[in-house]
Amino acid sequence: MDDEQDKVGSWWLAAKLFGVTAVMFAFGFALVPLYEVVCEITGFNGQNKGLTLVASVDEAPVEDRTVRVEFLTSVHAGLDWDFASERDSIEVHPGKLYTVNFTAANHEGRDMVGQARPSVAPWQAAKHLRKTECFCFSQQPMEAGEEKLMPVRFMIDPELPDSVDTVTLSYTFFEIENVAQAN
Amino acid sequence: MSSAVDHHDDHHGPVTLKDGFGKWVMRWISTTNHKDLGTLYLWFAFIMFFVGGAMALVIRAELFEPGMQFVQPEFFNQMTAMHALVMIFGAVMPAFVGLANWMIPMMIGCSDLALPRVNNWGFWILPFAFTILLSTLFVPGGAPAAGWTMYPPLSLQTSNAFPMLIFSVHLMGISSITGAINVVVTILNMRAPGMTLLKMPLFVWTWLITAYLLIATMPVLAGAVTMLLTDKYFGTSFFSASGGGDPVMFQHIFWFFGHPEVYILILPAFGIVSTIIPTFARKTLFGYDSMVYATASIAFLSFIVWAHHMFTAGMPVAAELFFMFSTMLIAVPTGVKVFNWVATMWRGSMTFETPMLFAVAFVFLFTIGGFSGLMLAIAPVDFQYHDTYFVVAHFHYVLVPGAVFAIMGGVYYWLPKWTGVMYNEKLGKLHFWLTAIFVNVTFFPMHFSGLAGMPRRIPDYAVQFADFNMWSSIGAFGFGFAQLIFLWVVVQSCLKKGEAATSRVWEGAHGLEWTVPSPAPYHTFEEPPMIADAEITAVHDEPAKA
Ligand code: HEM
Ligand SMILES: [Cu+2]
Repeated sequence: MDDEQDKVGSWWLAAKLFGVTAVMFAFGFALVPLYEVVCEITGFNGQNKGLTLVASVDEAPVEDRTVRVEFLTSVHAGLDWDFASERDSIEVHPGKLYTVNFTAANHEGRDMVGQARPSVAPWQAAKHLRKTECFCFSQQPMEAGEEKLMPVRFMIDPELPDSVDTVTLSYTFFEIENVAQAN
Repeated sequence: MSSAVDHHDDHHGPVTLKDGFGKWVMRWISTTNHKDLGTLYLWFAFIMFFVGGAMALVIRAELFEPGMQFVQPEFFNQMTAMHALVMIFGAVMPAFVGLANWMIPMMIGCSDLALPRVNNWGFWILPFAFTILLSTLFVPGGAPAAGWTMYPPLSLQTSNAFPMLIFSVHLMGISSITGAINVVVTILNMRAPGMTLLKMPLFVWTWLITAYLLIATMPVLAGAVTMLLTDKYFGTSFFSASGGGDPVMFQHIFWFFGHPEVYILILPAFGIVSTIIPTFARKTLFGYDSMVYATASIAFLSFIVWAHHMFTAGMPVAAELFFMFSTMLIAVPTGVKVFNWVATMWRGSMTFETPMLFAVAFVFLFTIGGFSGLMLAIAPVDFQYHDTYFVVAHFHYVLVPGAVFAIMGGVYYWLPKWTGVMYNEKLGKLHFWLTAIFVNVTFFPMHFSGLAGMPRRIPDYAVQFADFNMWSSIGAFGFGFAQLIFLWVVVQSCLKKGEAATSRVWEGAHGLEWTVPSPAPYHTFEEPPMIADAEITAVHDEPAKA
């Protein structure tokens, strides 16, 4: 093969491979929305429409089934807040609305804005949790020293798979600051 | 015998120290010669092997007894993270690139890599990358300590070292990708006439496939660490739950790179072993075609098994099952390879020079690592094994007596071709036996401490694990000191102390690289060689039809 032709061929192939590199770099970022789509469709990871606010639910209690709902509260590292639920767990009937109160107190000595992030385990339960009221749907401004009572109204819908007898709802409070993508 | 090899002795040789120190330094900085760059890569890898080894010895010294002895827990964690980063990106990968630089052009009969300038650049990025990475040991807050896997949110707590870590990973990535592109272009465009794809030596094949893996996955790692960087400094929330992101997503992206990466660390080793065993068994490699297809299927499967690193991260049963079975599937092509190596040795007239000792030990010990991998692939039991020393035992069996043994075997095998003298066989064998014994003393007990529940990346442990750990530490120090013999042997060869080597070097060696004199002239195959049948038959079951 002719030397010059050889060189051109080599650079052309190298350029194509570099193109593949660029595509794969972009693919790394594309995995982010892809991942969210997959989670959305399947409800993996407790990230699901069950965790969005619903205006109202139709109650149809299933009296002969009880599910235990546990609450877990935590505060992001380094934040001097109190955050707790009035009870650790509650026995509920699917199809019925319940209210549980949470309290938060800001001990940081300055006015702040916080927001709680919810998560549900096991993942199958996420899309069967209906919330008509929850503090996690909005940012919570808290003055220095302020204490707040925050009710959560929720229902487990009767479609919850039979294999699930315990649902854990956990919240972590974060300070909202420098967070561009709060969705 | 082919005599068409044209040596171009009219080319003046490389600048040597006799021409002046400054000129000599400039030769190495500006060289575009594949042999020079191969040498640079190999020495760089060798130095990093000792740097990473020293870190491992800090870890093993601390773990010699329960309780805290020598270092602070923070520093211990820095050592585990840095040890892995240095060994993977600084020692094993550059060593393979060094071998590729030296051998691929000589194996396929071309004069140099396709893009020599890019090659020079790719190498010289590395010393900068590792200077940056290693200097984090001296910045306030210390080196990265969140493991080589860099999981957020922990890794986001790294202080001043964080941007340096990310930047050095980017540089390593650029270096690997340019190297990989160069290898692909060289192999696809520059083979001598008659060297069809399915006549290439297996080292060339495994490197071709490895290079594709690098091109496909290193950019994904670059993306993942870039997202970490913007999460920390620019207010994005890819992985931060407070902004609606998800830390588990990092694990998915990381392992989408990470699992193919472990095959990047082993496929070239498969190639080396497939080259050494036929030479010393004096037989043709058994099942050449199946070796090529097995390599390709391993590479393909490596993209769909990543979540076996995340069985405990919370996945639906269907996903656990999918990743469990796809992982087990990899054992099939891997098994094909192991059987082929054994079949190659079967009824061969074997001799056991140092390279062969390393290759045989590779087959045996790598397989142990494959078996523990299979155990880890069983999702329900991985809940017990995950993040214990059992995992540490697994990956060290595949990486040390696997990848590292193959590199050592390859160095002994080709050293006479590089330096022109035979290395000291007695010391080589001593090095092998000490290494092989101590590697097992070090890593075998880790299976037991892991099964008993000892967690990885922890500086202290319950007294029940004391005996296993003592053995592991003794083995590690023995292993470390045995490597000084290796260093001695290599240095002696480089100083040309030893018997002159013939061109063929090994009685049973075949392939183009053995048709040029030893040491290999600075320029080889300036004109494409005629490939004699004999050089192909040993690598392939059929003779070449040129
Ligand atoms: C038959 C082939 C193999 C199988 C089935 C296998 C399976 C696995 C599994 C399931 C894990 C995750 C364990 C856990 O974290 O709980 C793992 C970890 C690992 N494997 Fe393998 N493996 C195989 C071959 C290899 C090879 C060839 C290499 C590299 C040369 C390798 C390197 C690693 C590494 C480095 C880790 C640990 C990563 C970390 O958490 O830091 N494996 N392997
Ligand atoms: Cu893996």
